[in-house]
Amino acid sequence: MQSNGNDSIDNIEFDVLTEIGNIGAGNATTALSQLINTKIDMRVPQVKMLSFAELAEIIGGAETLVAGILLSLSDDIDGQLLFVLESKDARMLVHQLLGFGDMESKEFSDIEVSALQEIGNIISGAYLSAISSLTGMSISVSVPSLAFDMAGAILSVPAIEFGKLGDEALLIETQFTDLDVDISGYFILIPTMESYVRILKSLGLR
Amino acid sequence: MTEMIKVGMADLNVCHAPDAITTLGLGSCVGVALYDKTSQIAGLVHVMLPDSTQVRQNQNRAKFADTGIDYLIEMMVQKGANRRNLTAKIAGGAQMFAFSGNSDMLRVGERNVEAVKKKLNQLGIRLLAEDTGLNFGRTVEFYPENGDFVIKSVGKPIRTI
Repeated sequence: MQSNGNDSIDNIEFDVLTEIGNIGAGNATTALSQLINTKIDMRVPQVKMLSFAELAEIIGGAETLVAGILLSLSDDIDGQLLFVLESKDARMLVHQLLGFGDMESKEFSDIEVSALQEIGNIISGAYLSAISSLTGMSISVSVPSLAFDMAGAILSVPAIEFGKLGDEALLIETQFTDLDVDISGYFILIPTMESYVRILKSLGLR
Repeated sequence: MTEMIKVGMADLNVCHAPDAITTLGLGSCVGVALYDKTSQIAGLVHVMLPDSTQVRQNQNRAKFADTGIDYLIEMMVQKGANRRNLTAKIAGGAQMFAFSGNSDMLRVGERNVEAVKKKLNQLGIRLLAEDTGLNFGRTVEFYPENGDFVIKSVGKPIRTI
């Protein structure tokens, strides 16, 4: 990893971002567990710095169907938080929450969409509040926006933002276990350049 | 045997008929296909950002509309294409998430399309067809044999432009 100039991430900063991701994902897991009233465990999140080529591959390839939940952040941290999971895992979660639903259907009904939006809202909120208390920064979030599409297309949104900084993206993979099947969710925090520097400063780096 | 050459995000490549060239899952990025009908050579670049001069880390030329198209032309000419014959077809530049407000972060698809068109115009390359904007992803395939640009999206019929 390069450390030339302000725009790139050095090793210590990577470790710090990893830790932030860990704490955020842990909080999110607890929130999800309470929401669907089922005990959920989390494997240790994997934090990865991925090239754009690898980014889509990790979620089963660029054409895999995924659900993406995007929140717009403002206040001390400007930017976006994207939570991505495979479409079939999204269906599974919704099914757990609602207690009904057609597991075979390709489309999501209106109520399933709102349920998913709510899931996104709650776990992203938990994720962000962990970051907020760790850094002492206040973060306001927008209403979540939901999209179902090919992984490549959904991930182009964070990739483009990371593209302004370099040729890699920071991704935090969280595996939720103890459900009927394991579910993998991916958090991608996309602070603006200025906010990114503010986060590191708040933690005493830079 | 004919081959389908894959182009990744912020990447580019060139192919010769009967081979074809593809990029998967374009979202806000734009796929620019350039084509020399006479030599049957096609090139495809998967552009992520509109302007290399706005970004400090701009070594990867394929990432930007301005430098990516130049780079693709150089590569095609090297393979025997004639710069004067080139025509273009483009796809992508969607806005994947709906938000009220109009932040620059979200309008990047639209800005990518504008930047690609501006660059093509500067270079005098004719834009024959486009399938851009809206709110869905696109997988594209270009066939230099006949100049077809095939576009696939989730839950939509396949389109050829």
